[in-house]
Amino acid sequence: MSTFWSIWIIVITAVTIAGCTWLLFATRKIEVSSKDIKDGEVPTTGHVYDGIEEYDNPLPAWWFNMYLGTVIFAVIYLVLYPGMGSYAGVLGWTQIGQWQEEVDAAEAKYAPIYEQYANMSVEELIANPNAMKMGRRLFNNNCSVCHGSDGRGSYGFPNLADSDWLYGGTAADIKASITHGRKGAMPAWGAVIGEKGVDNVAEYVFGISGREHNTDKATEGAKIYATYCASCHTPEGTGMTALGAPNLTDSVWLYGGSPSLVRHSIRNGRNGNMPAQGEMLKAEKIHLLTGYVYSLSKSQ
Amino acid sequence: MKHEIVEKNIGLMMVLIVIAISFGGLAQVIPLFWQAETTEPIAGLKPLGAIALEGRDIYIKEGCHVCHTQMVRPLRAETERYGHYSVAGEHVYEHPFLWGSKRTGPDLARVGGRYSDNWHMAHLYNPRDVVPESNMPGFSWLFENTLTGEDTAAKMTALRIVGVPYTDEDIANAAVPFASGEVTEVDALVVYLQQLGTLLTRKR
Repeated sequence: MSTFWSIWIIVITAVTIAGCTWLLFATRKIEVSSKDIKDGEVPTTGHVYDGIEEYDNPLPAWWFNMYLGTVIFAVIYLVLYPGMGSYAGVLGWTQIGQWQEEVDAAEAKYAPIYEQYANMSVEELIANPNAMKMGRRLFNNNCSVCHGSDGRGSYGFPNLADSDWLYGGTAADIKASITHGRKGAMPAWGAVIGEKGVDNVAEYVFGISGREHNTDKATEGAKIYATYCASCHTPEGTGMTALGAPNLTDSVWLYGGSPSLVRHSIRNGRNGNMPAQGEMLKAEKIHLLTGYVYSLSKSQ
Repeated sequence: MKHEIVEKNIGLMMVLIVIAISFGGLAQVIPLFWQAETTEPIAGLKPLGAIALEGRDIYIKEGCHVCHTQMVRPLRAETERYGHYSVAGEHVYEHPFLWGSKRTGPDLARVGGRYSDNWHMAHLYNPRDVVPESNMPGFSWLFENTLTGEDTAAKMTALRIVGVPYTDEDIANAAVPFASGEVTEVDALVVYLQQLGTLLTRKR
Protein backbone atom coordinates (compact mmCIF):
# COMPACT_ATOMS: atom_id res chain seq x y z
CA MET A 1 0.00 0.00 0.00
CA SER A 2 1.39 3.38 -0.97
CA THR A 3 2.19 5.95 1.70
CA PHE A 4 -0.57 8.22 0.39
CA TRP A 5 -3.33 5.67 0.88
CA SER A 6 -1.86 4.57 4.18
CA ILE A 7 -2.01 8.15 5.48
CA TRP A 8 -5.47 8.59 3.92
CA ILE A 9 -6.84 5.64 5.87
CA ILE A 10 -5.08 6.60 9.10
CA VAL A 11 -6.35 10.19 8.97
CA ILE A 12 -9.96 9.24 8.19
CA THR A 13 -10.01 6.53 10.86
CA ALA A 14 -8.47 8.81 13.49
CA VAL A 15 -10.83 11.69 12.60
CA THR A 16 -13.81 9.35 12.81
CA ILE A 17 -12.87 8.04 16.24
CA ALA A 18 -12.03 11.52 17.52
CA GLY A 19 -15.23 12.89 15.99
CA CYS A 20 -17.38 10.22 17.64
CA THR A 21 -15.77 10.96 20.98
CA TRP A 22 -16.32 14.69 20.54
CA LEU A 23 -19.93 14.14 19.55
CA LEU A 24 -20.47 12.03 22.66
CA PHE A 25 -19.20 14.69 25.03
CA ALA A 26 -20.64 17.61 23.12
CA THR A 27 -24.18 16.28 23.21
CA ARG A 28 -24.06 14.68 26.61
CA LYS A 29 -26.29 17.45 27.96
CA ILE A 30 -28.24 20.14 26.18
CA GLU A 31 -26.73 23.43 27.15
CA VAL A 32 -29.04 25.56 29.18
CA SER A 33 -27.18 28.54 30.52
CA SER A 34 -26.81 28.26 34.31
CA LYS A 35 -28.01 31.76 35.01
CA ASP A 36 -31.53 30.70 34.02
CA ILE A 37 -31.61 27.92 36.58
CA LYS A 38 -32.69 28.48 40.12
CA ASP A 39 -31.07 26.52 42.95
CA GLY A 40 -32.50 23.08 43.53
CA GLU A 41 -34.35 22.97 40.22
CA VAL A 42 -33.71 20.41 37.53
CA PRO A 43 -33.07 22.35 34.33
CA THR A 44 -35.46 21.76 31.43
CA THR A 45 -34.82 21.99 27.73
CA GLY A 46 -37.44 24.69 27.46
CA HIS A 47 -39.76 22.55 25.34
CA VAL A 48 -43.31 22.77 26.59
CA TYR A 49 -46.18 20.88 25.03
CA ASP A 50 -49.59 20.99 26.68
CA GLY A 51 -47.83 21.80 29.91
CA ILE A 52 -45.49 18.84 29.67
CA GLU A 53 -41.85 19.81 29.98
CA GLU A 54 -38.69 17.93 29.03
CA TYR A 55 -35.94 17.67 31.64
CA ASP A 56 -32.43 18.39 30.47
CA ASN A 57 -30.86 15.32 32.06
CA PRO A 58 -27.49 13.98 30.87
CA LEU A 59 -27.34 10.79 28.79
CA PRO A 60 -27.91 7.65 30.89
CA ALA A 61 -24.64 6.51 32.45
CA TRP A 62 -24.90 2.93 31.09
CA TRP A 63 -25.38 4.23 27.55
CA PHE A 64 -22.66 6.85 27.88
CA ASN A 65 -20.16 4.35 29.30
CA MET A 66 -20.96 1.72 26.71
CA TYR A 67 -20.34 4.21 23.94
CA LEU A 68 -17.07 5.19 25.56
CA GLY A 69 -16.24 1.48 25.76
CA THR A 70 -16.64 1.05 22.02
CA VAL A 71 -14.28 3.95 21.42
CA ILE A 72 -11.68 2.42 23.74
CA PHE A 73 -12.18 -0.98 22.09
CA ALA A 74 -11.56 0.59 18.68
CA VAL A 75 -8.31 2.16 19.80
CA ILE A 76 -7.01 -1.07 21.39
CA TYR A 77 -8.09 -3.08 18.33
CA LEU A 78 -6.27 -0.74 15.96
CA VAL A 79 -3.10 -1.03 18.04
CA LEU A 80 -3.19 -4.86 18.09
CA TYR A 81 -4.55 -5.66 14.61
CA PRO A 82 -3.94 -4.29 11.11
CA GLY A 83 -6.33 -1.46 10.30
CA MET A 84 -4.41 1.79 10.26
CA GLY A 85 -3.13 1.88 6.69
CA SER A 86 -0.05 -0.25 6.23
CA TYR A 87 0.58 -0.54 9.99
CA ALA A 88 0.63 -4.29 10.67
CA GLY A 89 -0.47 -4.22 14.30
CA VAL A 90 1.41 -5.34 17.42
CA LEU A 91 0.22 -8.96 17.07
CA GLY A 92 1.28 -9.19 13.41
CA TRP A 93 -2.00 -10.99 12.63
CA THR A 94 -2.99 -11.75 9.02
CA GLN A 95 -5.87 -13.91 7.81
CA ILE A 96 -3.47 -15.95 5.69
CA GLY A 97 -1.18 -16.37 8.71
CA GLN A 98 -4.12 -17.66 10.74
CA TRP A 99 -5.05 -20.06 7.95
CA GLN A 100 -1.44 -21.27 7.78
CA GLU A 101 -1.45 -21.89 11.54
CA GLU A 102 -4.62 -23.97 11.24
CA VAL A 103 -3.14 -25.93 8.36
CA ASP A 104 0.15 -26.52 10.20
CA ALA A 105 -1.67 -27.66 13.33
CA ALA A 106 -3.75 -30.10 11.29
CA GLU A 107 -0.63 -31.30 9.49
CA ALA A 108 1.10 -31.99 12.82
CA LYS A 109 -1.94 -33.93 14.01
CA TYR A 110 -2.74 -35.96 10.91
CA ALA A 111 0.67 -36.45 9.27
CA PRO A 112 1.74 -39.22 11.68
CA ILE A 113 -1.57 -41.03 11.11
CA TYR A 114 -1.16 -40.94 7.33
CA GLU A 115 2.49 -41.86 7.69
CA GLN A 116 1.79 -45.10 9.51
CA TYR A 117 -0.36 -46.20 6.56
CA ALA A 118 1.93 -44.82 3.84
CA ASN A 119 4.38 -47.69 4.24
CA MET A 120 1.77 -50.43 4.39
CA SER A 121 1.04 -52.46 1.30
CA VAL A 122 -2.50 -52.40 -0.05
CA GLU A 123 -3.10 -55.92 1.32
CA GLU A 124 -2.10 -54.74 4.78
CA LEU A 125 -4.38 -51.70 4.49
CA ILE A 126 -7.35 -53.92 3.70
CA ALA A 127 -6.74 -55.89 6.87
CA ASN A 128 -6.57 -52.70 8.96
CA PRO A 129 -10.07 -51.56 10.05
CA ASN A 130 -8.95 -48.01 10.91
CA ALA A 131 -7.30 -47.54 7.54
CA MET A 132 -10.48 -48.77 5.86
CA LYS A 133 -12.59 -46.35 7.94
CA MET A 134 -10.42 -43.46 6.81
CA GLY A 135 -10.52 -44.73 3.26
CA ARG A 136 -14.31 -44.93 3.34
CA ARG A 137 -14.58 -41.33 4.55
CA LEU A 138 -12.20 -40.11 1.87
CA PHE A 139 -14.18 -42.06 -0.70
CA ASN A 140 -17.51 -40.66 0.46
CA ASN A 141 -16.16 -37.11 0.39
CA ASN A 142 -14.35 -37.24 -2.91
CA CYS A 143 -15.44 -40.17 -5.06
CA SER A 144 -19.04 -41.02 -4.21
CA VAL A 145 -20.40 -38.04 -6.16
CA CYS A 146 -19.75 -39.99 -9.38
CA HIS A 147 -19.12 -43.58 -8.30
CA GLY A 148 -21.88 -43.69 -5.67
CA SER A 149 -21.52 -44.11 -1.91
CA ASP A 150 -21.40 -47.89 -2.36
CA GLY A 151 -18.85 -47.57 -5.19
CA ARG A 152 -21.17 -49.32 -7.60
CA GLY A 153 -21.20 -46.45 -10.08
CA SER A 154 -24.05 -45.70 -12.43
CA TYR A 155 -24.67 -44.92 -16.08
CA GLY A 156 -21.34 -43.62 -17.42
CA PHE A 157 -19.54 -43.92 -14.09
CA PRO A 158 -17.72 -47.22 -13.58
CA ASN A 159 -18.67 -49.70 -10.89
CA LEU A 160 -15.66 -50.03 -8.57
CA ALA A 161 -17.10 -52.84 -6.52
CA ASP A 162 -16.92 -55.54 -9.18
CA SER A 163 -13.94 -57.32 -10.63
CA ASP A 164 -14.16 -55.66 -14.05
CA TRP A 165 -11.53 -52.95 -14.54
CA LEU A 166 -11.28 -50.63 -17.53
CA TYR A 167 -7.74 -49.55 -16.72
CA GLY A 168 -6.54 -52.49 -14.66
CA GLY A 169 -7.34 -53.57 -11.14
CA THR A 170 -3.94 -53.90 -9.51
CA ALA A 171 -3.09 -51.50 -6.68
CA ALA A 172 -0.66 -49.65 -8.94
CA ASP A 173 -3.29 -49.28 -11.70
CA ILE A 174 -5.92 -48.00 -9.27
CA LYS A 175 -3.47 -45.55 -7.77
CA ALA A 176 -2.50 -44.27 -11.24
CA SER A 177 -6.18 -43.86 -12.17
CA ILE A 178 -6.88 -41.77 -9.07
CA THR A 179 -3.71 -39.70 -9.26
CA HIS A 180 -3.58 -38.86 -12.95
CA GLY A 181 -7.16 -39.41 -13.96
CA ARG A 182 -8.27 -41.28 -17.07
CA LYS A 183 -9.59 -40.14 -20.41
CA GLY A 184 -11.64 -42.57 -22.43
CA ALA A 185 -11.63 -41.97 -26.19
CA MET A 186 -14.05 -44.04 -28.18
CA PRO A 187 -14.52 -42.24 -31.52
CA ALA A 188 -17.90 -41.81 -33.14
CA TRP A 189 -18.30 -44.41 -35.89
CA GLY A 190 -21.71 -43.43 -37.22
CA ALA A 191 -20.34 -41.39 -40.12
CA VAL A 192 -17.70 -44.00 -40.96
CA ILE A 193 -19.66 -47.25 -40.99
CA GLY A 194 -23.17 -45.93 -41.57
CA GLU A 195 -26.38 -46.76 -39.71
CA LYS A 196 -26.46 -50.26 -41.17
CA GLY A 197 -22.89 -50.86 -40.07
CA VAL A 198 -23.74 -49.66 -36.57
CA ASP A 199 -26.60 -52.13 -36.42
CA ASN A 200 -24.45 -55.01 -37.70
CA VAL A 201 -21.55 -54.35 -35.33
CA ALA A 202 -23.96 -54.10 -32.42
CA GLU A 203 -25.32 -57.56 -33.27
CA TYR A 204 -21.78 -58.90 -33.49
CA VAL A 205 -20.95 -57.44 -30.08
CA PHE A 206 -24.06 -59.07 -28.60
CA GLY A 207 -22.80 -62.30 -30.11
CA ILE A 208 -19.39 -62.22 -28.46
CA SER A 209 -20.92 -61.29 -25.13
CA GLY A 210 -23.12 -64.37 -25.33
CA ARG A 211 -26.43 -62.58 -25.85
CA GLU A 212 -29.25 -63.19 -28.24
CA HIS A 213 -28.38 -61.76 -31.62
CA ASN A 214 -29.13 -61.81 -35.33
CA THR A 215 -26.47 -64.12 -36.81
CA ASP A 216 -26.71 -62.70 -40.33
CA LYS A 217 -26.13 -59.19 -39.17
CA ALA A 218 -23.40 -60.37 -36.83
CA THR A 219 -21.52 -62.02 -39.67
CA GLU A 220 -21.54 -58.71 -41.54
CA GLY A 221 -20.62 -56.91 -38.33
CA ALA A 222 -17.63 -59.16 -37.77
CA LYS A 223 -15.89 -57.67 -40.81
CA ILE A 224 -16.47 -54.11 -39.61
CA TYR A 225 -15.37 -55.11 -36.12
CA ALA A 226 -12.10 -56.53 -37.43
CA THR A 227 -11.38 -53.32 -39.36
CA TYR A 228 -12.39 -50.62 -36.90
CA CYS A 229 -12.90 -52.04 -33.44
CA ALA A 230 -10.34 -54.80 -32.96
CA SER A 231 -7.35 -52.48 -32.63
CA CYS A 232 -8.60 -51.20 -29.27
CA HIS A 233 -11.04 -53.87 -28.09
CA THR A 234 -8.71 -56.68 -29.36
CA PRO A 235 -9.82 -59.18 -32.03
CA GLU A 236 -11.36 -61.40 -29.33
CA GLY A 237 -13.23 -58.42 -27.82
CA THR A 238 -11.63 -58.77 -24.40
CA GLY A 239 -10.62 -55.10 -24.25
CA MET A 240 -7.34 -53.42 -23.48
CA THR A 241 -6.63 -51.87 -20.10
CA ALA A 242 -3.79 -49.72 -21.48
CA LEU A 243 -6.39 -47.75 -23.46
CA GLY A 244 -9.32 -48.24 -21.17
CA ALA A 245 -11.12 -50.11 -23.97
CA PRO A 246 -13.82 -52.17 -22.24
CA ASN A 247 -14.14 -55.91 -22.42
CA LEU A 248 -17.10 -56.57 -24.74
CA THR A 249 -17.41 -60.26 -23.97
CA ASP A 250 -18.71 -59.86 -20.43
CA SER A 251 -22.05 -58.59 -19.20
CA VAL A 252 -20.80 -55.23 -17.88
CA TRP A 253 -22.07 -52.25 -19.88
CA LEU A 254 -20.81 -48.90 -18.65
CA TYR A 255 -23.16 -46.94 -20.91
CA GLY A 256 -26.06 -49.34 -20.78
CA GLY A 257 -26.47 -52.70 -22.49
CA SER A 258 -29.80 -52.21 -24.23
CA PRO A 259 -29.58 -52.53 -28.03
CA SER A 260 -30.40 -48.87 -28.57
CA LEU A 261 -27.76 -47.68 -26.06
CA VAL A 262 -25.06 -49.96 -27.48
CA ARG A 263 -25.85 -48.65 -30.95
CA HIS A 264 -25.71 -45.11 -29.56
CA SER A 265 -22.24 -45.81 -28.12
CA ILE A 266 -21.01 -47.10 -31.48
CA ARG A 267 -22.65 -44.32 -33.46
CA ASN A 268 -21.63 -41.35 -31.30
CA GLY A 269 -18.61 -42.60 -29.43
CA ARG A 270 -17.96 -42.26 -25.70
CA ASN A 271 -15.53 -40.01 -23.92
CA GLY A 272 -15.54 -40.87 -20.27
CA ASN A 273 -13.29 -38.72 -18.16
CA MET A 274 -12.02 -39.40 -14.68
CA PRO A 275 -10.53 -36.10 -13.41
CA ALA A 276 -7.02 -36.28 -11.91
CA GLN A 277 -7.05 -36.14 -8.12
CA GLY A 278 -3.29 -35.99 -7.50
CA GLU A 279 -3.11 -32.27 -6.83
CA MET A 280 -6.25 -32.17 -4.75
CA LEU A 281 -5.75 -35.20 -2.54
CA LYS A 282 -1.97 -35.75 -2.41
CA ALA A 283 -0.21 -39.09 -2.21
CA GLU A 284 -1.02 -40.12 1.38
CA LYS A 285 -4.78 -39.83 0.94
CA ILE A 286 -4.65 -41.50 -2.46
CA HIS A 287 -2.81 -44.44 -0.91
CA LEU A 288 -5.65 -44.97 1.57
CA LEU A 289 -8.24 -44.53 -1.19
CA THR A 290 -6.43 -47.10 -3.32
CA GLY A 291 -6.70 -49.55 -0.46
CA TYR A 292 -10.39 -48.81 0.03
CA VAL A 293 -11.27 -49.11 -3.67
CA TYR A 294 -9.24 -52.32 -3.85
CA SER A 295 -11.16 -53.67 -0.86
CA LEU A 296 -14.49 -52.91 -2.57
CA SER A 297 -13.70 -55.28 -5.43
CA LYS A 298 -12.06 -57.86 -3.15
CA SER A 299 -15.14 -58.09 -0.97
CA GLN A 300 -17.15 -59.42 -3.92
CA MET B 1 -23.33 22.13 20.32
CA LYS B 2 -26.85 23.21 19.50
CA HIS B 3 -29.16 20.27 18.80
CA GLU B 4 -31.73 22.68 17.64
CA ILE B 5 -29.84 23.76 14.53
CA VAL B 6 -29.51 20.21 13.24
CA GLU B 7 -32.90 19.03 14.42
CA LYS B 8 -34.81 21.88 12.86
CA ASN B 9 -32.98 21.86 9.50
CA ILE B 10 -33.69 18.50 7.91
CA GLY B 11 -31.57 19.41 4.86
CA LEU B 12 -28.52 20.08 7.01
CA MET B 13 -29.16 16.88 8.95
CA MET B 14 -29.19 14.86 5.72
CA VAL B 15 -25.92 16.39 4.59
CA LEU B 16 -24.31 15.63 7.95
CA ILE B 17 -25.62 12.01 7.86
CA VAL B 18 -24.18 11.50 4.36
CA ILE B 19 -20.81 12.89 5.48
CA ALA B 20 -20.77 10.68 8.58
CA ILE B 21 -21.65 7.51 6.62
CA SER B 22 -19.24 8.26 3.76
CA PHE B 23 -16.27 8.10 6.11
CA GLY B 24 -16.56 4.31 6.27
CA GLY B 25 -16.50 3.98 2.50
CA LEU B 26 -13.71 6.52 2.10
CA ALA B 27 -11.43 4.53 4.43
CA GLN B 28 -12.48 0.98 3.49
CA VAL B 29 -13.52 1.04 -0.16
CA ILE B 30 -11.86 3.90 -2.04
CA PRO B 31 -8.22 2.85 -1.35
CA LEU B 32 -8.96 -0.61 -2.87
CA PHE B 33 -9.47 1.02 -6.27
CA TRP B 34 -5.73 1.75 -6.29
CA GLN B 35 -4.31 -1.46 -4.75
CA ALA B 36 -2.38 -3.87 -6.97
CA GLU B 37 -3.89 -6.89 -5.09
CA THR B 38 -7.40 -5.91 -6.09
CA THR B 39 -6.87 -4.43 -9.55
CA GLU B 40 -4.10 -6.55 -11.14
CA PRO B 41 -5.03 -9.92 -12.68
CA ILE B 42 -3.14 -12.96 -11.37
CA ALA B 43 -0.61 -14.56 -13.75
CA GLY B 44 -2.30 -16.30 -16.67
CA LEU B 45 -5.76 -14.79 -16.20
CA LYS B 46 -7.51 -14.36 -19.55
CA PRO B 47 -10.90 -12.94 -20.41
CA LEU B 48 -13.54 -15.65 -20.86
CA GLY B 49 -13.86 -17.10 -24.36
CA ALA B 50 -17.08 -16.60 -26.32
CA ILE B 51 -18.74 -19.84 -25.18
CA ALA B 52 -17.65 -19.50 -21.56
CA LEU B 53 -18.89 -15.90 -21.56
CA GLU B 54 -22.34 -17.04 -22.72
CA GLY B 55 -22.16 -19.80 -20.12
CA ARG B 56 -21.51 -17.21 -17.44
CA ASP B 57 -24.65 -15.34 -18.49
CA ILE B 58 -26.63 -18.57 -18.24
CA TYR B 59 -25.18 -19.05 -14.76
CA ILE B 60 -26.53 -15.59 -13.93
CA LYS B 61 -29.83 -16.10 -15.76
CA GLU B 62 -30.63 -19.32 -13.91
CA GLY B 63 -29.67 -17.74 -10.61
CA CYS B 64 -26.91 -20.20 -9.76
CA HIS B 65 -25.22 -17.49 -7.67
CA VAL B 66 -28.23 -17.41 -5.36
CA CYS B 67 -27.39 -20.85 -3.95
CA HIS B 68 -23.72 -21.21 -4.89
CA THR B 69 -20.88 -18.95 -3.81
CA GLN B 70 -17.65 -18.48 -5.72
CA MET B 71 -15.48 -17.53 -2.80
CA VAL B 72 -13.24 -19.94 -0.91
CA ARG B 73 -12.39 -18.28 2.37
CA PRO B 74 -8.97 -18.76 3.98
CA LEU B 75 -10.20 -21.31 6.51
CA ARG B 76 -8.76 -24.81 6.65
CA ALA B 77 -12.16 -26.49 6.44
CA GLU B 78 -12.79 -24.68 3.16
CA THR B 79 -9.38 -25.10 1.57
CA GLU B 80 -9.52 -28.82 2.44
CA ARG B 81 -12.79 -29.17 0.62
CA TYR B 82 -12.51 -26.72 -2.26
CA GLY B 83 -8.81 -25.96 -2.77
CA HIS B 84 -6.79 -22.74 -2.67
CA TYR B 85 -8.59 -19.79 -1.04
CA SER B 86 -9.87 -17.19 -3.49
CA VAL B 87 -7.77 -14.10 -4.21
CA ALA B 88 -9.00 -10.77 -5.57
CA GLY B 89 -6.77 -10.95 -8.66
CA GLU B 90 -8.79 -13.92 -9.96
CA HIS B 91 -11.90 -11.78 -10.27
CA VAL B 92 -10.66 -8.55 -11.87
CA TYR B 93 -12.33 -9.35 -15.21
CA GLU B 94 -15.69 -10.16 -13.63
CA HIS B 95 -18.46 -7.62 -14.15
CA PRO B 96 -20.40 -8.20 -12.04
CA PHE B 97 -18.58 -10.59 -9.73
CA LEU B 98 -20.45 -13.74 -8.71
CA TRP B 99 -19.08 -14.30 -5.24
CA GLY B 100 -22.57 -14.89 -3.91
CA SER B 101 -23.52 -14.63 -0.28
CA LYS B 102 -25.23 -17.87 0.65
CA ARG B 103 -24.32 -21.51 0.27
CA THR B 104 -27.34 -23.71 -0.18
CA GLY B 105 -25.13 -25.75 -2.50
CA PRO B 106 -21.35 -26.02 -2.34
CA ASP B 107 -18.90 -23.29 -3.33
CA LEU B 108 -18.05 -23.36 -7.04
CA ALA B 109 -14.98 -21.11 -7.13
CA ARG B 110 -12.74 -24.10 -7.92
CA VAL B 111 -15.17 -26.54 -9.49
CA GLY B 112 -13.29 -26.43 -12.82
CA GLY B 113 -11.82 -29.83 -13.71
CA ARG B 114 -13.21 -31.38 -10.57
CA TYR B 115 -15.86 -33.46 -12.36
CA SER B 116 -16.14 -34.65 -15.94
CA ASP B 117 -18.27 -32.85 -18.53
CA ASN B 118 -20.60 -35.84 -18.59
CA TRP B 119 -21.06 -35.63 -14.86
CA HIS B 120 -22.04 -31.97 -15.13
CA MET B 121 -24.51 -32.81 -17.89
CA ALA B 122 -26.10 -35.59 -15.86
CA HIS B 123 -26.13 -33.42 -12.75
CA LEU B 124 -27.66 -30.37 -14.45
CA TYR B 125 -30.35 -32.51 -16.10
CA ASN B 126 -31.42 -34.10 -12.85
CA PRO B 127 -29.10 -33.64 -9.86
CA ARG B 128 -30.60 -36.64 -8.04
CA ASP B 129 -29.37 -38.99 -10.75
CA VAL B 130 -25.85 -38.56 -9.40
CA VAL B 131 -26.37 -37.08 -5.91
CA PRO B 132 -29.47 -38.76 -4.45
CA GLU B 133 -29.78 -36.36 -1.49
CA SER B 134 -29.42 -33.18 -3.59
CA ASN B 135 -32.10 -30.50 -3.36
CA MET B 136 -30.90 -28.65 -6.45
CA PRO B 137 -33.49 -28.20 -9.17
CA GLY B 138 -32.99 -29.83 -12.56
CA PHE B 139 -32.32 -27.57 -15.54
CA SER B 140 -33.57 -29.74 -18.37
CA TRP B 141 -34.48 -26.83 -20.67
CA LEU B 142 -30.80 -25.91 -20.96
CA PHE B 143 -30.42 -29.03 -23.11
CA GLU B 144 -33.01 -27.81 -25.61
CA ASN B 145 -32.14 -24.13 -25.99
CA THR B 146 -29.34 -23.41 -28.45
CA LEU B 147 -27.21 -20.29 -28.58
CA THR B 148 -26.70 -18.13 -31.64
CA GLY B 149 -23.91 -15.95 -30.27
CA GLU B 150 -25.53 -12.91 -31.87
CA ASP B 151 -25.07 -10.81 -28.73
CA THR B 152 -21.68 -12.14 -27.73
CA ALA B 153 -19.72 -9.45 -29.58
CA ALA B 154 -21.81 -6.71 -27.97
CA LYS B 155 -21.22 -8.24 -24.55
CA MET B 156 -17.48 -8.35 -25.17
CA THR B 157 -17.49 -4.73 -26.34
CA ALA B 158 -19.34 -3.68 -23.21
CA LEU B 159 -16.90 -5.59 -21.01
CA ARG B 160 -13.97 -4.00 -22.85
CA ILE B 161 -15.27 -0.56 -21.90
CA VAL B 162 -15.02 -1.51 -18.22
CA GLY B 163 -11.49 -2.85 -18.60
CA VAL B 164 -11.63 -6.48 -19.75
CA PRO B 165 -8.89 -6.81 -22.41
CA TYR B 166 -10.86 -8.35 -25.28
CA THR B 167 -9.04 -7.82 -28.57
CA ASP B 168 -10.67 -6.65 -31.81
CA GLU B 169 -10.11 -10.18 -33.07
CA ASP B 170 -11.96 -11.67 -30.09
CA ILE B 171 -14.91 -9.43 -30.78
CA ALA B 172 -14.91 -9.98 -34.54
CA ASN B 173 -14.91 -13.77 -34.05
CA ALA B 174 -17.33 -13.84 -31.13
CA ALA B 175 -20.08 -15.62 -33.03
CA VAL B 176 -17.82 -18.16 -34.76
CA PRO B 177 -17.95 -20.89 -32.05
CA PHE B 178 -21.75 -20.86 -32.29
CA ALA B 179 -21.83 -21.18 -36.09
CA SER B 180 -22.78 -24.87 -36.03
CA GLY B 181 -26.07 -23.93 -34.37
CA GLU B 182 -25.64 -26.91 -32.06
CA VAL B 183 -24.13 -25.22 -29.03
CA THR B 184 -26.76 -25.65 -26.35
CA GLU B 185 -27.05 -23.57 -23.22
CA VAL B 186 -25.86 -26.49 -21.13
CA ASP B 187 -22.73 -26.86 -23.30
CA ALA B 188 -21.86 -23.22 -22.66
CA LEU B 189 -22.60 -23.51 -18.96
CA VAL B 190 -20.35 -26.56 -18.63
CA VAL B 191 -17.53 -24.79 -20.49
CA TYR B 192 -17.90 -21.91 -18.05
CA LEU B 193 -17.94 -24.21 -15.00
CA GLN B 194 -14.95 -26.23 -16.17
CA GLN B 195 -12.66 -23.18 -16.24
CA LEU B 196 -13.64 -21.86 -12.80
CA GLY B 197 -10.68 -21.39 -10.50
CA THR B 198 -8.28 -23.57 -12.44
CA LEU B 199 -5.47 -20.98 -12.48
CA LEU B 200 -4.33 -21.33 -8.91
CA THR B 201 -2.86 -24.69 -8.02
CA ARG B 202 -4.61 -26.29 -5.14
CA LYS B 203 -2.61 -25.04 -2.20
CA ARG B 204 -3.40 -27.14 0.83
